[in-house]
Amino acid sequence: MIPEFGHFALIIGFVLAIILTLIPAWGALQNNVKAMALAPGLSIGVLVFVTISFICLCIAFLQDDFSVRVVTNNSNSLLPPIYKFSAVWGNHEGSLLLWSLILSSWTAAVAIFSRQLPLLMLARVLSVMGFVGVGFLSFMLLTSNPFERMLPGIPADGNDLNPLLQDPGLIIHPPLLYMGYVGFSVAFAFAIAALWGGSLDAAWARWSRPWTNIAWGFLTLGIMLGSWWAYYELGWGGWWFWDPVENASFMPWLAGTALIHSLAATEKRGLFKSWTVLLAIFAFSLSLLGTFLVRSGVLTSVHAFATDPERGLFILVFLMIVVGGSLVLYALRAPAVASRVGFEWVSRESLILCNNVVFLVSTLTVLFGTLFPLFMDALGQGKYSVGPPYFNAVFVPLMALLVPFMGIGPISRWKRDTVGRWQSELLIPAIVALLCGLTLPLFEAEYNIWVALAVTLAAWLVFSLLRDLWYRVRQAVSLTAGLRRITLSYWGMFIAHLGFAACIVGVVATSQYSVEHDLKMSPGQSEVVAGYEFTLLEVVPVAGPNYVADEARFTVARDGQTIVSLAPQKRRYLASGQIMTEADIDAGLMRDLFVAMGEPVGDDGAWAIRLHYKPMVRWMWLGALMMAVGAFATVMDKRYRQARVSRTVRAGGTEQYGV
Amino acid sequence: MHAVRRQRLMLVLFVVVFSSAAIGLMAYALRGNINLFFPPTDVVAGKAPVGQPIRVGGMVVDGSVNRSDDTLEVAFELTDFQSNVAVVYTGILPDLFDEGQGAVAAGTLNANGVLMASEVLAKHDENYMPPEVADALEQAGFDEHGRPK
Repeated sequence: MIPEFGHFALIIGFVLAIILTLIPAWGALQNNVKAMALAPGLSIGVLVFVTISFICLCIAFLQDDFSVRVVTNNSNSLLPPIYKFSAVWGNHEGSLLLWSLILSSWTAAVAIFSRQLPLLMLARVLSVMGFVGVGFLSFMLLTSNPFERMLPGIPADGNDLNPLLQDPGLIIHPPLLYMGYVGFSVAFAFAIAALWGGSLDAAWARWSRPWTNIAWGFLTLGIMLGSWWAYYELGWGGWWFWDPVENASFMPWLAGTALIHSLAATEKRGLFKSWTVLLAIFAFSLSLLGTFLVRSGVLTSVHAFATDPERGLFILVFLMIVVGGSLVLYALRAPAVASRVGFEWVSRESLILCNNVVFLVSTLTVLFGTLFPLFMDALGQGKYSVGPPYFNAVFVPLMALLVPFMGIGPISRWKRDTVGRWQSELLIPAIVALLCGLTLPLFEAEYNIWVALAVTLAAWLVFSLLRDLWYRVRQAVSLTAGLRRITLSYWGMFIAHLGFAACIVGVVATSQYSVEHDLKMSPGQSEVVAGYEFTLLEVVPVAGPNYVADEARFTVARDGQTIVSLAPQKRRYLASGQIMTEADIDAGLMRDLFVAMGEPVGDDGAWAIRLHYKPMVRWMWLGALMMAVGAFATVMDKRYRQARVSRTVRAGGTEQYGV
Repeated sequence: MHAVRRQRLMLVLFVVVFSSAAIGLMAYALRGNINLFFPPTDVVAGKAPVGQPIRVGGMVVDGSVNRSDDTLEVAFELTDFQSNVAVVYTGILPDLFDEGQGAVAAGTLNANGVLMASEVLAKHDENYMPPEVADALEQAGFDEHGRPK
């Protein structure tokens, strides 16, 4: 009965979402207050029923109800309970249900936390979000029903969850990523609502901005976790493959990064209004495009589930309705919301514009590389693939171009600044950055020009930020008083920009200084990698809850001192017979040591072994974590809370310490 | 010129210059970094270029996988059940690489028609078939077990 309850709740949620789309929209058109006032209640109703549906699917998984097709295909009675739970979204149908759950949570959150919004605006926003909900819920009910039964002939046991997905990282990676992906629907809904009403002021940006920052923070965390998971679980020590599905999550992130910056200009100065709206539409469209790429099976990727074409077509049509509809609306209404404010070239606005151009062009180059194979295939030109060298060649120079401007950004003034002031403020950071670039890479064995460049750029960011902090603090009577005056949104920017610097150093150092040895090793044999001596002691059979494995036991020594024991495994999962490599890693802030097993070589007990020395790889993820923390910190800023309490929003105000 | 117009002109120029630079960079990066997929039949028929990066995909022929005893070199054959292509690869193969399963190898073809692979991709779960391989088999008119359709 429980799966039927779930299915039924999903249908009720779907019907409520339709009502949520139509009634408040009608109310907004007719200026009917009662109809508009239904929107928050309906949003919460959708959330309640989608949640019930989600819980029912969880129960089906946890109780091993193999009469449900999704459970049979993706679970097994031997699976540890925590993975039975995460198996709920380790498949096409369940991941869509999770998507819908998160979408309805965002909708309900907007309904609850945006009580200070004018009712007209709130009704429009929730109606747009309801429409997106209708799209996904109907997609699920029509093509991907998670509660489909296999009757008669219930299988005795399930086919098991793909062993790659049996991992703690996979429990939280999809929910966080979806929080980000779907979170852009809020920014999108605000943008559409603004176009609809034809009024777009600084107050609009102030409402939209916290939501966008939270979504962006979650997306950052989700991408970071995905990269980390690929690093240790796909088994081979890579952390970014420019896989189409990675790109699918990265493009909304790039567009979202442009969006959070242009929103700042819109809030503070009333600038770039129509541009900001377009970016919001663009970011969410890219989220939908990502869903299409992942769920349609048109691309070869580790994320593609076995698929059928009908599903791809459905999302494509939905994508066209959303993108087409919002662009038409934009074309009709954008002139009504255009900015009437000017600014000088030497100003913070210019630097934000620069950020936007770089991030948008990066998004488009990634988009081009991702879609190129699809276009060529559709044109009958053959099946191409675009490899990482393309993406690295276009992406890395663009990011390097960004950093010099990024250093000036925080210290620059809105509206009008002078080059002379920039020079006097930033001369010392520039010199210190150059010195760092010249000296720091020398601590590794050889001087590397790329690392030197990365260190220079990162140091430029760090020291210009510190200079700016000092500039803000020194005017106060005491250091503590000065620090206390600095707003949370400034700290958010500060941490996020420091995180970006950490990312740059991590990415470049690990790319340049990593050492990788693939070799045949017999028990007793040693190999030296970057000064670390890896010794294979023995290979022994071990058993886990739902797998058996060969475990290679290594010790790693440096200068004759044993530092760590590592035990990578080659697992065979019992239910599916699938083979899985489980790498073992000694993690550290300055370096990771990584060991993975290939396959047995010859008959004398030797194995193919991969040994990695990866310096500073953690900096990348640490940096991403800091960016997310920064994004969340900005939302805690007083001015968003004050707006909520006083219910009045100052339009177009500028604050000295704002970002 | 009016200050606002000059500002707009500068903006447009900036965008134009910057995007042409980006497009130039893309075109440059795209050259030599894309590779085309060929089914084994096309490779044997001589339609694939020698010495350029390509991808070949098909089913791994039963009994064709031959591992060296002292290095990481592996030789195997890929088939679309009409023709076979020999592949040589040095390194660690993906976990789900196996005889009778679909795989895609990326590398360059040498003068003897052997693909010197730098990368071998296998499917990542039991029910998944790389779309290129599915297509190649479709064209050859066989299912994945070699039965004619």
